[in-house]
Amino acid sequence: MTIADPAPVAAPAMDAEEAVRQRQAQINRVAKWTLPSLVMVLSILAWHLYVTIGEVPHYILPGPLLVAQQAVEDWGLLWSAMMITTRLTLLALAMAVIGGVALAVLFTQSKWAEMSFFPYAVILQVTPVIAVAPLLQIYVDSAFVAALLCAWIVAFFPILSNTTIGLKSADHNLQDLFSIYGASRWQRLRYLQGPAALPFFLGGLKIAGGLALIGAVVAEFVIGRAGTGLGLASTLLEASYRFNFGRLYAALLLISGLGIVIFACTSLISHLLLRKWHESAIKRDV
Amino acid sequence: MTSNGDLAARLSARAPLMSLQSVDKVFAGDVVALRNMSLDVRAGDFVSLLGPSGCGKSTALRLIAGLSHPTRGRIAWADGQGADQLGVVFQEPTLMPWATVEDNVWLPMRLKGASKASVRDDIHDTLRLVGLENFAEAYPRELSGGMKMRVSIARAMVTHPKLILMDEPFAALDEITRFKLNNDLLEMKAKIGCTVIFVTHSVFESVFLSDRIVIMAARPGRVIREVQVDAPYPRDEAFRTSAEYAGHTRAASDALHEAMGEAA
Ligand SMILES: Nc1ncnc2c1ncn2[C@@H]1O[C@H](COP(=O)(O)OP(=O)(O)OP(=O)(O)O)[C@@H](O)[C@H]1O
Ligand SMILES: [Mg+2]
Repeated sequence: MTIADPAPVAAPAMDAEEAVRQRQAQINRVAKWTLPSLVMVLSILAWHLYVTIGEVPHYILPGPLLVAQQAVEDWGLLWSAMMITTRLTLLALAMAVIGGVALAVLFTQSKWAEMSFFPYAVILQVTPVIAVAPLLQIYVDSAFVAALLCAWIVAFFPILSNTTIGLKSADHNLQDLFSIYGASRWQRLRYLQGPAALPFFLGGLKIAGGLALIGAVVAEFVIGRAGTGLGLASTLLEASYRFNFGRLYAALLLISGLGIVIFACTSLISHLLLRKWHESAIKRDV
Repeated sequence: MTSNGDLAARLSARAPLMSLQSVDKVFAGDVVALRNMSLDVRAGDFVSLLGPSGCGKSTALRLIAGLSHPTRGRIAWADGQGADQLGVVFQEPTLMPWATVEDNVWLPMRLKGASKASVRDDIHDTLRLVGLENFAEAYPRELSGGMKMRVSIARAMVTHPKLILMDEPFAALDEITRFKLNNDLLEMKAKIGCTVIFVTHSVFESVFLSDRIVIMAARPGRVIREVQVDAPYPRDEAFRTSAEYAGHTRAASDALHEAMGEAA
């Protein structure tokens, strides 16, 4: 090989870098799932060993086997409780989406409406829901409806505030362009403000999903205590009164699981809606 | 060589398409953005507004577009014309990132209630005009700066408006891309036979593109001189290096400096 022909030297140098990057990407893809799973398995193992070796009494900390056993034994009860909590959370989230988006649209259509009502939305948000729940219980007959209102109050604000900002975030020149072409309010909302607000709304939805579950759990704690037997959180509380720690932990794990599923769903929705155009959803090589 | 555009322009020389008549624009806090601006734009004209930052070029375009209204004076349109038959190109491409190239170009017609199927041919003809017929399905983020600007121009031209307003459309582009777009813009203008008002900071760009250069000064914003560029269209890359071009550029530069001197 002559010095005048540097290509074979230069080419592998480039390829090596590219190959390293590709290998790294491949490793990352696998590690993204295997590492958290490994951590989980190890934690459960450590939990098991701690309980058995340390001879921890089950009313202090039940071992993973006991929790699993209890979960199987109480599956009917846990499952129906989970259905109630799920319904509570999803209904609250749906109402928060409808209410939050509708109010945000109203706010952007009318400055007066925004000035009049936005402060009250903030007050609703900053008042701790745990302080409101007992009141709702007094004024609302149905425990389910009272709990639903609690969860809604918590989930509603991030959707309202994010969507309001989003609707206003449309590019000013584009707004001018819509004016020049004589767009109606509805066209402006449908073709400009709506799409511009979508990433903001979806960000709010992700937060609201988690908050709806928290709201539901708080409401069940406060309202379900009166023997109304609501969902998972009531089951958890009741199990603690009966020193049934296996069931308590099983209920706790199911609540976490529900939260994870809700987060995964909202993230997926967000990804599917934004992947074609929004910077947040676009993969980059470097 | 005499093109149809020249002929049309000369025939309609007495009837302006649009004219600003002694227009003042004063913003809150007594900011006089424009003082006593008069300007006749005839069908087929390519008019450049040239002047330093803050001399009211964008303000003048916004008035013509009907986005704001003169404090004094008036804007007159030829019969059957109006601010509702305009195309506009901004300094940024200003595309909707969530819409494909095709859907972005569809926008002006969509807002008039036209379905995409009914105007598909118009959209594709216009995309061919700006050289992006193969990018109809692409999203703006997949395009280069120059290509985005072409989409923006396509959107302004797709309705075949009589008048197109351009506010420093190529200022953010590199020189090679800008030259290419200058050439293509003249070609497109000739093809669809529109009138253009073009805001720029560049003497060279204004001489290459326009048949009239309106020189403005700031504080208060006003017109201080008008320079004719009597070079026939079509103008191509050869014009850019010609002695004629150099001569016109020098004349425009001198006029600008003189005007700045007077203004100071
Ligand atoms: N909405 C507004 N309110 C108050 N003052 C304004 C407004 N718009 C423009 N101005 C003022 O009017 C003057 C002219 O502004 P304009 O944007 O038209 O200048 P321009 O010639 O386009 O400048 P540039 O070349 O920097 O774009 C400036 O002094 C500016 O501060
Ligand atoms: Mg400007």
